[in-house]
Order: sequence, then structure tokens, then C-alpha cells
Amino acid sequence: MIHSLFVINNTGDVFMEKHWKSVINKSICDYFFEAQGKASCPEDVCPVINTPHHYLINIYRNSLYFVAVVTTEVPPLFVLEFLHRICDTFEDYFNECNESVLKEHYVIVYEILDEMLDNGFPLAVESNVLKELIKPPNFLRTITDTVTGKSTGVSGILPTGQLSNIPWRRTGVKYANNEAYFDIIEEIDAIIDKSGTTVTAETQGYIDCLIKLSGMPDLTLTFVNARLLDDVSFHPCVRFKRWENEKILSFVPPDGHFRLMSYHIGAQNMVAIPVYLRHTINYREGSGGRFDVTVGPKQTMGKTVENVVLEVPFPKTVLNVTLTASQGKYSFDPVSKIMTWDVGKIDTAKLPNIRGNITIQTGSPIPESNPVINVQFTISQMAVSGIKVNRLDMYGEKYKPFKGVKYITRAGKFQVRT
Amino acid sequence: MAGNGFQTSYANDKPPSSTGSGEAAEMSTDPASSSFFTSDFKRHEDLKAMLDSNKDTQKLEAMKRIIGMVAKGKDASDLFPAVVKNVVSKNLEIKKLVYVYLTRYAEEQQDLALLSISTFQRALRDPNQLIRASALRVLSSIRVSVITPIMMLAIKEAVMDMSPYVRKTAAHAIPKLYSLDPEVKDQLIEVIERLLGDKTTLVAGSAIQAFEEVCPERIDLIHKNYRKLCNLLVDVEEWGQVVIINMLTRYSRTQFISPNQADGQGDADRPFYEDSDKEDEEEEVSEMKKTPYMMDHDHRLLLRQAKPLLNSRNAAVVMAVGQLYHHCAPKAEANVMAKALIRLLRSQKEIQYVVLSNVATMTSRRKGMFEPHLKSFYIRSSDPLHIKLLKLEILTNLATESNISTILREFQTYVTSPDKDFAAATIQAIGRCASNIAEVTDTCLNGLVHLMSNRDESVVAESVVVIKKLLQMRPSEHKDIIVHMAKMVDKITVPMARASILWLIGEYSERVPKIAPDVLRKMAKGFINEEDIVKLQILNLAAKLCITNAKQCKLLCQYVFNLAKYDQNYDIRDRSRFLRQLILPGENGSALAKYAKKIFLATKPAPVLESKFKDRDHYQLGTLSHLLNIKCHGYQELPEWPEVAPDTSVRNVEVVMPYVAKTHHAQHKKKKETKSFYSESESSQEEETEDSSDEEEDESSDEDSGSEENSDDSEKDLSKKVSDSDDESDSDDDESDSEDSSEEDSSDDSVEKIVTPVKKQPKTKTKSATTTTKPATTSSADLLLDLDDLGPSGGSSVAVTPAGGDMLTPTLATGISNISIQDTPVAQIIPPSTVQPKSYELLNRMTGNGLSITYQFTRTVSVFSPKMVSIELKLTNNSDDTLTNIKIGDKKLQSGMEIQEFPEIGSMTAGMSTSCLIGINFNDTIQPAKFTICAGDNKHSVSITAPVGELIQPYSMSHADFNTQQGKLSGMNENSGKTVIGVEKDAKSICLCVHSVANVIQVPGSAENVYRFSGKTVGTGTMVLMSVVVTDDDAKITVNCEKMVIGSMLLKDLKTSIAKS
Repeated sequence: MIHSLFVINNTGDVFMEKHWKSVINKSICDYFFEAQGKASCPEDVCPVINTPHHYLINIYRNSLYFVAVVTTEVPPLFVLEFLHRICDTFEDYFNECNESVLKEHYVIVYEILDEMLDNGFPLAVESNVLKELIKPPNFLRTITDTVTGKSTGVSGILPTGQLSNIPWRRTGVKYANNEAYFDIIEEIDAIIDKSGTTVTAETQGYIDCLIKLSGMPDLTLTFVNARLLDDVSFHPCVRFKRWENEKILSFVPPDGHFRLMSYHIGAQNMVAIPVYLRHTINYREGSGGRFDVTVGPKQTMGKTVENVVLEVPFPKTVLNVTLTASQGKYSFDPVSKIMTWDVGKIDTAKLPNIRGNITIQTGSPIPESNPVINVQFTISQMAVSGIKVNRLDMYGEKYKPFKGVKYITRAGKFQVRT
Repeated sequence: MAGNGFQTSYANDKPPSSTGSGEAAEMSTDPASSSFFTSDFKRHEDLKAMLDSNKDTQKLEAMKRIIGMVAKGKDASDLFPAVVKNVVSKNLEIKKLVYVYLTRYAEEQQDLALLSISTFQRALRDPNQLIRASALRVLSSIRVSVITPIMMLAIKEAVMDMSPYVRKTAAHAIPKLYSLDPEVKDQLIEVIERLLGDKTTLVAGSAIQAFEEVCPERIDLIHKNYRKLCNLLVDVEEWGQVVIINMLTRYSRTQFISPNQADGQGDADRPFYEDSDKEDEEEEVSEMKKTPYMMDHDHRLLLRQAKPLLNSRNAAVVMAVGQLYHHCAPKAEANVMAKALIRLLRSQKEIQYVVLSNVATMTSRRKGMFEPHLKSFYIRSSDPLHIKLLKLEILTNLATESNISTILREFQTYVTSPDKDFAAATIQAIGRCASNIAEVTDTCLNGLVHLMSNRDESVVAESVVVIKKLLQMRPSEHKDIIVHMAKMVDKITVPMARASILWLIGEYSERVPKIAPDVLRKMAKGFINEEDIVKLQILNLAAKLCITNAKQCKLLCQYVFNLAKYDQNYDIRDRSRFLRQLILPGENGSALAKYAKKIFLATKPAPVLESKFKDRDHYQLGTLSHLLNIKCHGYQELPEWPEVAPDTSVRNVEVVMPYVAKTHHAQHKKKKETKSFYSESESSQEEETEDSSDEEEDESSDEDSGSEENSDDSEKDLSKKVSDSDDESDSDDDESDSEDSSEEDSSDDSVEKIVTPVKKQPKTKTKSATTTTKPATTSSADLLLDLDDLGPSGGSSVAVTPAGGDMLTPTLATGISNISIQDTPVAQIIPPSTVQPKSYELLNRMTGNGLSITYQFTRTVSVFSPKMVSIELKLTNNSDDTLTNIKIGDKKLQSGMEIQEFPEIGSMTAGMSTSCLIGINFNDTIQPAKFTICAGDNKHSVSITAPVGELIQPYSMSHADFNTQQGKLSGMNENSGKTVIGVEKDAKSICLCVHSVANVIQVPGSAENVYRFSGKTVGTGTMVLMSVVVTDDDAKITVNCEKMVIGSMLLKDLKTSIAKS
């Protein structure tokens, strides 16, 4: 399936290649560079590129391109999903996945790649299994290895997870403090039009967990109002049938961080929009334009809106902006023409405002449309959908774990058309 | 510190292609390693020395550096001899790196690579499964054609390996060998066939992948494994799921008939899920043309098993299920995937791109499915261009009269986008909406005319082109637009737009008789500076005007033709020559010239503006070929549905022996099973029977849940390992034990609970039967009661849809054991599954105002509560109207009785039939359960009475147990009688008679002509024992049951059944 993988950095340097079948010369990447040249920005590169004998399927992540070469028919999503999974694995191992990290740990990276695919088909992908086969870099271990002269980087026995029915969990996990934390994160995707009415709004939720429990705990998580969730996807550990019948999340959790579930609440449902913008942006012939934006809280259920950031991509003809913000700092990038205003917390008593002048290139016509403003914000201790965890029960182990649930709402793709 | 060294060595290995100056700079910063760069030769000398040293640390460092070169794509092949020596290294990490190096360079250094082969051959017999597997991996990856026989041998051995991990590796090795030597295909197919039979989830995906790469045309290999694959599907790892679903989609297309053939309208008949016999099925096939469409059980099985995977976190799996439903499901059911696909739109942009292109194809055919999700396709300014274009395409496809106004409003904002390519695409989209939906054509035209005064050139040009197409559809009404456009011709510079205007003026010159010649005059003036496409249109315009208005235009026309005659472009020269002959014929004018007007001013068909994605739908969705719209190498055409379904029996797996399981039985299976594992040495023969019994399980019931199957397998692995006394197996065993216990602890109030125990049933039985049928069953009776207490409390929290319910329902005929292996298997045991469930009428269509309902006893454990009898209702709407809100209304029940209702059925269109499951706890009485069925406002009182035999469920026991129990239930509790046998006296017909009366299981026994059956009542779990002793011409029937009413009634029923023929 996947024939070869090339990792390319932003400057067009193919700094790593791995072949699972016969070797393909890296000149194949020229086709990729050609497509890259045509695209106006890195995100615009088409994920699937057709060349005379090969097909290049690529993803762009952390300023790196991962280009997979395939020669035969294959579901493209299979490859794309796998490339993302490779990146996730690297992030899991090294906390981040960028050029310098990959170069620093190239041996482990190469070993991981070798283990993940066999003949281009996934072999061991589960992070729990991989981590037993190839140990993540660890300072202490490096020292002991150097001192003892042994290498413990790779394991000689097959991890039990690979053969078990629950490959995501290894046996014999032990913790002094048994804890289970659940973060319920909801992201609001919305488009607000000029007049402030909501064009479309959806909620995307995730339940991210950090589970540090000894042994083989079997957890059940129940919600107060599970019916809210109409479309869900689960980590393989969740027993789907119990969810289907009883709306209960029942699972033997993986060890450590993982995403238990993500859900989507579609555009048909009402979504509370926590912020509004009051804006006047106008351009005048010759003299530039005026910019005046105020941010205010809307339906926040009494919670404070924090970490508010506004991003205004101005048209290319704009030379500069001179603004004064009543709160926070702003910056203008003259190359990308993006003005970023870091507002911080919204104080309801005195609404944050930014105003000033826009300078336009002399001679160029005034822009015909106003920019679309991207808004970011965070509201803690609230889930906008109203979802609430009822209880968490643990079976199969004797001890009492420490449990915690946290709710966060934040902006996803929140856009205001002006 | 060591790490630092590697890092620099990696960085220093940059080829000159990167930053030229960087290398020098880095070298100078790291004097230690810079010496390597003085010459390639010297550096490699250094590495060779390190590899030859006898210190592992040195070797490891050298290997790490070499791997750095490999990773970088630098040539390290001259180190091959030095590296290959280390293949025997004891150090695992060195070994691993040597393996990596070998797979990369062995092809180039074949002779030297051969030196390492013997090491791998040795490793193939290593007790450690990981070492065996990795040896096979490397051996098969080194691509040296000389060793193909060795590879073949190794693969053949590995597919028989104990460890599923090694078998998985073997599956991966098959395509490698095939690509190296296609000659061995036949041998490989044999190996694949064996792997396909493998029952572990770990192997399934890889085996199918090997199948797809080597012999995708051998669809016949799948038949026997089809049901197993379907049942395993949920438990296979994600990547395998994708491959399996894609393959099964193709399989379905060849083996089943189209679920949508009955009607093209998309209101497909709802298939129902009832079990019917094979004979029945074949009848159906032959009568297919007349009878309403019935989906093949296996087809249904696939759809049902795949559906939960729509909730997978893996986009590829979701898409695979999506395409399965798109290609193979009845249209009415395909909608389930919409939500899941919409969810994928939140993932990474690359995934969005692929999903959107598939959605675009789907929407070009089926609007309805995604219409409710219209807003999810609204475009954000931050989307990459290719995603914007796809969303635009989808929005256009989804446009209908009702939503067009919102879509157009949305489009309006897109037109002003600073991204001009996107704005232009939006205009095209508006054009398509306008042409497809007549109501808005005028609005759109006005809007587009408005856009022509836009400042941006490309926007204007695109509007002109679109307007041209729209006008062409209805030219009569739009004179002023043409005038307006004629005026704009001076301002517009985009060639395509100019050409479009000229074409319009030429085509409709009669409507603008004054303006047209003037435009031609202006154009003639600037002819030589125009683009080719415009020049051609000027020629066209000239020709047309010359025909309609020769007086004013003939000279102009001649002038233009003359200019064109000397044009640089030969197309234009040709065109001018051709037109001249037609329009301005000489003295001996050509024959065609007379028809010039007809030729040029014929009414032209209006262009059809349709989706670009329309032509893609002959490719299987989700494939690379579909995405690129070209046939990719290795693409397997999706076959058309066959007219008549091929033989369905090919998927049946041989029946060995029946065995009827009992849910409660399994409670303590674990203990028993482990015991028998250790005490028994497993002979291969036994294993074979075990296999077939498992398959029989699949065969006899397509209602098994996947997990059931799976755990069977894992268990089997365990058992193998245990018997193998492999050093690792202990931990495995422990693990599964702990897992088991946790499962049991946790799931006490769940339906799953009921399933979980059952799944291990067959094995247990196998074991206990093969050992000396221990009287363990008595204790299980006690446990059974416990379970009842734990069971779902009246099913209050359980609301199961019929489909979901089916999936969970363990058919009692599920577990099949190989009792045949018993010492003296004299009494033949007849599978109860051969008994056709009787269907009773619940509601007549006359009394029910068109709604007719029949019911039958499924003889399965009810999903709602173990105390309930599971009844399948089949509802048919015989009226001409749609019936709505069908549900169970008031219930008039005796005390102690309970009914679990079916979920309300929203609507049933005329002629539709559907089925659903209800559960009734009869409390071991034959009192009728009375309730009302509400359909809309109508209420119909109905009642269900269970024949006494249906109040029983099979309960298996050994012969000895049977005798003990029978002894306890003598006297008052014994009913016996004699009857003349009306049927043949062979075992089969006797058993059939009994099975048709009561839901019991035969007890294995040794005496001839004595048949024993056992069961328990559903409600209270009272033991029911029956025995039939056949003498010369009559039969003595004995029924033992604590409940005398049941006993006597059962005896009566049995007598009649056996007496009549």
C-alpha cells in the first residue's frame, strides 16, 4: 500500500526517506515541488498528486510535509489517516513533531517507521504496543545504558498488547496514586454575518482523558443528558453496544493520555454564541479607512470569556494600520497583512475596543469587501452544549481512584463576516 | 552525549541539495565529526572499523550513523560487507538496525546478502515469536530472487505458526514474494486460502490484503469465510477493517442482487430480519421477479455488522462503511452514513478534501441524504482553495427550490471574496443553480448582470461566460442583457468573456440588428491584436452577420476573412478559408453555400450545466481512482449487480453436529474451560472439529455478534499456547483471565452481559463433552438463577431497536459442540434449527384497517430480559395510505406478566413491511397477553398466547444429569402416555416432531430408540425433561416437570405431533 515516505521541510529539503518496498528515488518529489509551487500557501497543496507512475499523497503538519508514495489503487483516506497517525505517534514519543526533533531522534524515528508498516501495510500502530517494542527516549535510561554498556532501547519480546483483545492497554500497570481525569472540551464553529445573525453554528466536542490507574480497571462513565450527543466517534476501547443501548460509556482505558470520544452536534441544533462583535470598517477613496471593533459577551451563562484573540486578515492593498486598543496588544504583520489583537479577558463593565486608521497603498482601488474576522476565546467550567457527566464507576479493581472532570468551551472556526 | 553525537552526524549528512553553505558551517562547528567529511572513503573506513570492533557500543554507534545515512537517502551501500557480518549480533538494537539496513540494500548486493540467509532460517525456528516474525519480515523483504524457494518454504511454515503475530507477518510476506516472482501465484493462493480460514482478528486484515494483492479475482475463496469475516469485522484492527470492507463491497456486488431494483424511487422495501430456511430462500430467489425484494441474510449481515463502524475514530473506516452503504445498501438505509461523513469534515484538511470529493459524487445522485446538513458545507474564509471549490460543488448539487434562496444569499457573500479564483467558481455555481432551478433563473441573471460592472476582471469575465450559457437556454426574453453586454465588449479584456459576447451577438443578431454590425466593425479594427479564441468568434460573427444582414456587413466580412487568411495560427487560416467558401462563394458556388443559413443559424442545444462529479460515480467511492477520476493501477472495477443471485448456499459451512446452548450455562465456563485445557492434550483432529463447529455456529445463526466470535478465537489461541507451554503464554493467559473477570464484574446490568457469557459457550461444551461429561451442569442451574436476579430489571433501561436487538440476540441454536466425538454416539442428534418457526396471525388486515401483523417465536433469548419469550412481529401495511406512529398501547396483563414494547414505528408507506422484536414474560402460564396496537388514531386489541412449548428454552445437560433429574421429578410430576407413531420412525423425524412442539435440546445418550430432551421454563427456570422411547409401532412419551399443567399440556401436544404425519 504505502510504498515510500518522504519527509520534507518548509525549505524543500527532503531530510528523511523510508522505503517499505523497493527503493524509489527521491526525484519523485519533484512532482510534489511542482504542485507546491503552484499553490499560494502550504495549506493549498492538493493532498493527492497524480504523477505518471506514482501517486503522491501528502499531509502538511507542523511546517513539515509527509509525502507518501503509492503505486497502486489504495483508499486515499487510509494513507492520509495513517500519515496523521505517524505524526501522532511521533508527538506521543517526543512531545512534538518537528524537523529538529525528528533529526535528533532519527534512529528511534526510523525504528518506529519500520515497526509501524510492513510491506506498506500497518503492522503495529497502537502506541501502547509500540512503546513496549521501542522505548521512548528517556534521559535516565540513556545514562544507565551508557554506564552499563547495554542497550534497552528495543524490546526482545512481543508486547502482550499485540495479541490481546485490548491492544491499547498493557498488563501490569502500577501507580502509587490512581487518578482519572476527564476534560470535556467543546469547540464552537460558527459563521456570524454582518448584521450579527448566526449563519451556521455547530459544536464539536471531545473527551480527552488522562488515566493513571493500576491493573485492569473497567470504567463506566454516564452522562446526565446523553441524548444531546447525536453523532459520536469512539476510541476503540469503548463498548459500542452499551452506548447504543444504554448511552453509557463503558471501557477498559488505555494508559495515559488519549481521546475517549468525540462528538458533533450539528447545525440543526441551537448553539449559544458566547461573544459578539460590533464593528465598523470602511474604506474611503484615497485616504485609507476607519477600523473600529468592540467585543462583548453574549450568552456566557455567567462565565468569563477569556483568552480572546481577534485575527483580521486585511486585503493585500492595505499597507499598515495604526490602531489604539483599550485593552490588550495588537500586532500587524505587513507580509501576510494579518492584524492580531490579543484581547485577553472580557470585562463586562468596560468592553474592549480597538479603533484607528487603515492605510492603503496609494493609487490602488479600495477593497470591495471587508475582512472576515476570526475570533478565538476560551470559557472554562462550561460546556456550551450543556453536557454533564453524571458519574464515573470503576469495576475490576479494588482501590478508590481520584476522579476529576473539567469542562472547557472554546472557539473552533469562529468567523465573523464584516 | 551519545545522542548529541548522532544528531550532528545526522545533520552533517545533508546532501548538497540543501543549503550549500550550511554544510561548511556545520562542519566547522563540529570538529569531531568533520573529519568524516574529508573524504567519503575515509569516513567509511572509520565506520568499518567501528563495526569490526568487538564492543557493542561501538557497533551500535556505527549502525546508528549508518541508519542516519539511510534515512537521509545517502548511499551507504559500500558498507554492506561490514554490516552484514553483524546480522548475528546478540544485541537486539544492533540486530534491528542491521535488519533495517539489509532490507534497504540487499537488492543491490545480492551475493553478499545471501550470506545472511542462514541466520534468518535459524531465527525462523526461534522459540520467541517476535524473533520468528522479524526474521520472516526481513527474509521476505530483501528482494533477492534466488531465495524465492526459501521464502516460499518459510511462508508456508509461518502460516501454520502458533503465534498469530507470526501468521500476520506471513500474510504480509505473501505479496512481497508475489511481486518478486509472480510464477508462484498458485502456491501462494493455497497459502492465502489457509490464512483466510484463520480466525484471529489480528490476521484477518492482513490476509485479506494479501488476497487483494495476489488474487482479487478468486472471489470463490471468500465464500466459506464470508460470514466469519462479517462477524469478526468489529474486532479487527482499524486498518484491516478498511481492507475487508472494501473487499466485501466488491463481493456483495457479485453475490447478491441489487437491493434497489424493485423501485427506482428510492423508497425501497424495508427488508426484514427473520430467519427462514434455506429451501425458503431458494424459492425466494426464483420468485424474485414476482415477490417483493427480500434481502439475502448474508447481505443483511454485512450491512448490519458494518454499521457500528460508522462511529470509528478512523476516517478511512468511516469512509469504507460509507461507500459500502452507498454501493450495496437499499437507498432508504444509505442515509445513516450522512452524519458520520459530516463529522469527518471536522478533521484535518487533507481528510476533508477526500471526504468532500466523495460527498460531491454522492450528492450528484442523491440530494436528500445531505440536504439536512446543508449548513455544514458553508465555506469559511480560512478553508484552502480546493476545499472551497468542493464545498461549492456540493452546495450547488444540493440546491433545490426550497433552499435556493439561502444558498444564493450565501453565494453572494462568496462573490465578494478577495480570493478571485473562488469568486469565479462561485459565479459558475450560481449559473448552475440558475439553469437547474427555473424559479431563480431571472434573479440569478440580474445578479450576474450586476456583477458585470464589478471591478475585478475575472469576476466580470466569468459572469459573462455564465450569462452566455444561461441566455442560450432562453434567448427570447433577454434582449436588453445582450445589448448591455454588447456595450461592455470594449471594457472587457478577458478573451473567454469577449468570445462569449461575440458569440451571443452573432447568435442573436436579429434581436439587436442595429448594434451587431457596429460591434463587428469595432472588432474588425482590432482583429490582429485579439487572442485566437476571440478571432475565431469574430470570424463566426462576421459569417453570421453576412448571412442575416449582407447589405451592411458583406464588406466587413470580406475584410475580416482577408485578415484571417494571413493569420499566424493555422486554425484561424483554415476557418477563414472554410467560411469564405460557405458565405462568399465564387461563381461556381459550392453546393453547401445554399444551406449556409441553416448551418450557421440552426438552433443550438443549450449546454447542460451539471456537476463535474457526475461522471465519477462509476468508480467505487473512496478509492484513489475516484478521487483522481482516472483508472489507477490495480483498481478493481466494481461489478454491476447480477440479475439473479448466485447460489447462496456456497457460503454455508458444513454442519457437523447441533448443539443448543443455554445462556446461563456460561457463567462458570471459565473455570471449567481452563481445567479442561490443561487436562486435555489437544489433538489436531479435535481442533478441526472445533473449527467446523465454530463455522457451523456462523452458519446456523447470522445473529451472532462479532465479539462473540472473536473471543472464541482469542480463547483458542490461548488454548494453543497453553498446550504448547510456550514461555510467554502464561502472561497471556493471566491477562485474559483478568480481563474476563473484569468484564464479568462490570457488566452485570447490561445486555452485553448476556452475550458475553454465551460467547464462550461452545468451547466449554466441547471440552466437557470430550472429557468425561462431568456432571457440572447441576451447579450451573444455581448460577443461572443468580444471573436472573442480576439480569436487566424488566428491561426498563433497555430500548433496543430491532436491528440492534438482532445483533445482540444470541440464538439458542448458536453454540454447536462436537458431541459427536463422544465415546458412543449412538443417538443421533438433530439440529433444532431445521424446524421452521410457525407464524401466527396477530392482526388481520381487515380488522386492522389495512395493517396486518403476524408473529412468530424466534426461540432466542430475548434481548430485553432472560425471563421473556422473544417474539418477532412482522408488520405489513396492506392499505393504500401511509400508516403512522405504530406502537403498543394499553396492556391488560395477568399479574406477573410483562411486555417489552417495540420502539414506535414512525411511518409505514403502503405495501411496506417491517419486523420488530418484542419480549413477553408469560410467567410460565398459557394465559394470553392482551394489549392494543395503535396505528395513528386506530386501536386494535390483540392477544398473544404462547403454546406451552414456546415457554421453554433449551437447557443442555449430560445423560447422567438427565437421569438424576428425572429421578427427582417422579410421581406427581411425571406425565406419560403412549401413542402410535404416525411418521417414520427414524431419529430425524422424531426429533423434528419434538422440536416443532417445544423449544428444547436433545440430550446425548447411548441407548438406541430412546430420545431425551431437556429444557427449562423461561419465566421461572423450572426444569422440563422429556423422553421418547420408540418401540415397534408406538412411542412412549414421558414428560417430567414440576409444574404439572405444563407437563400435561406438553405431553398432549407431543402426542398429537408424533401421532399425526
